[in-house]
Amino acid sequence: MLEVTNAVVRYGAITALQGISFDVREGEIVTLLGANGAGKSTTLRMLSGLHAPVEGRIVFEGRDVTMTKAHQFMALGIGHVPEGRRIFPQMSVEENLEMGAFARRGSYSDDIERMYAMFPILKDRRKQMGGNLSGGEQQMLAIARALMGRPRLLLLDEPSMGLAPMVVEMIFRIIAEIRGQGTTVFVVEQNAAQALRLADRGYVMENGRIVFDDTAANLLVDPRVRAVYLGEEVEEV
Amino acid sequence: MGAFAHFLAGHFDTLRLEFWSLLVGGVANGFIYGMVAVGYTLVYGVLRLINFAHSEIFMTGGFASYFVLRAVMGTSVPSGWATFGVILVGIVVGGTAGALAATLLERVAYRTLRRRNAPKLAYLISAIGASYFLFNLAGKEFGRYNESMPQPYINHPVFTIFGAPVQLYYLVIVAAGAVMWLVLDRFVAATKLGRGIRAVAQDAETASLMGVNIDRTIAITFALGGALGGVGGFLFGLGSGVVYTMGFVPALKAFTAAVLGGIGNLRGAMIGGLILGVVESLSIAFVQAAYFDVVAFAILVLVLLVRPTGILGERLGRSA
Ligand SMILES: Nc1ncnc2c1ncn2[C@@H]1O[C@H](COP(=O)(O)OP(=O)(O)O)[C@@H](O)[C@H]1O
Ligand SMILES: [Mg+2]
Repeated sequence: MLEVTNAVVRYGAITALQGISFDVREGEIVTLLGANGAGKSTTLRMLSGLHAPVEGRIVFEGRDVTMTKAHQFMALGIGHVPEGRRIFPQMSVEENLEMGAFARRGSYSDDIERMYAMFPILKDRRKQMGGNLSGGEQQMLAIARALMGRPRLLLLDEPSMGLAPMVVEMIFRIIAEIRGQGTTVFVVEQNAAQALRLADRGYVMENGRIVFDDTAANLLVDPRVRAVYLGEEVEEV
Repeated sequence: MGAFAHFLAGHFDTLRLEFWSLLVGGVANGFIYGMVAVGYTLVYGVLRLINFAHSEIFMTGGFASYFVLRAVMGTSVPSGWATFGVILVGIVVGGTAGALAATLLERVAYRTLRRRNAPKLAYLISAIGASYFLFNLAGKEFGRYNESMPQPYINHPVFTIFGAPVQLYYLVIVAAGAVMWLVLDRFVAATKLGRGIRAVAQDAETASLMGVNIDRTIAITFALGGALGGVGGFLFGLGSGVVYTMGFVPALKAFTAAVLGGIGNLRGAMIGGLILGVVESLSIAFVQAAYFDVVAFAILVLVLLVRPTGILGERLGRSA
């Protein structure tokens, strides 16, 4: 469904992605793990046209999207839930959802109702400003907003960041549900244990390179992952 | 002390006698300031910069409507529906010219800088350069003298408020200003494109993830502000004539109004315009007419010192 080959992204003199290759197949949940600053967000931003790669190729559903502009991706079927959620703070919950349907033509009121059914709390808050929601509510809204574009591939950037464990639990359940409804998911996480329990496969990134990849089940017991990512987490808790 | 009280009392007498007619004139001016202020505020909302060439958008609207009215109008002053038609032509031409000029300005002076991620100062210099270029070009092409706008009516008082006559000219300004501002307000609050403008104002990058074409949205924003500014130029020209420097003072006052209402805030721009127009007009009772223009700028400095976010604060983002 998505195939990235030797992609290089630079910020001025900094090379944030040093030629990464990976793929995501239809129906999968794939996770991209890595420490802070490894290049995970840059990878997702590249997949949404926010940073064009200076080298390499991105193919989505057989179409070369390497140079496609950011505002065209939603219509192509790629939804992006950005790092830090990025809710429009001075728009109501409902308007935020409407923004998610910006790239679509025709009526989307059914989709709004579908989002309210999936996230009842958003229905209760529909008239509230996005900026006044709690972190968990904002994350749900960010996911619902991306789903409003009916993406076939959903990109999630650290959906668990800054959320209480119970809320994280819920967000991960929702991600599983979204895949169950037929949307492919590519999720970036620092929370490796939880991400690997959710995902089918995983890639591990260090300093702008993908250093290894495997099935999620194997990565969960992989000593390299355990030492660096899971080990850290155990210490943190 | 007694002498000062006497001095003040004299001025308050003037204020009492002239209050209603000063108010009427102030409100009319205020509508023009507000219409022009909206252009500053819209552009500030999406780009976080002051479009200092907006004064020349105003001038372009004034000249375009002047030339078209001169071409279409005969020697006699029209009446009835013809008056209405001529005013409408002036508004449409002024607004279209303003919108086109603003869009072109954005293309040439701003978009090129945006492509290169230029620092804010570069935009300021680019805007001032564009402004000088445009008004000097107008001076060279259209002459250096003030030309009267062909009059679509005989400016009768239509009715009186507490003895103060309200002339047709003032009614035209208020009607045109109110209608355009209401349409703009609804457009930004309730249409898809308007939502796109607010999204770009709040978080441009995320807006683009939603499918909003940022360049196109910025162009639309300039066009909207340019349309209101251009109509402002026509309405101003109707009373004061057109000349290549006509944009300078009204636009600086409109900028003051935008800051007064809270730059970035659409309703604030209109409210700021009205307050500025009225305060300025009433101040005539206290200061010599020669100081008329100074009042507005004293207000600007005062607002910047006391409440830089303006009366309503910045919030182009909001729908209501
Ligand atoms: N806008 C930017 N300008 C310059 N450097 C950046 C920018 N964004 C990210 N970087 C750098 O690129 C690298 C990768 O960042 P990022 O993709 O955000 O990592 P992650 O999401 O894995 O934490 C880091 O070294 C970061 O400092
Ligand atoms: Mg990141």
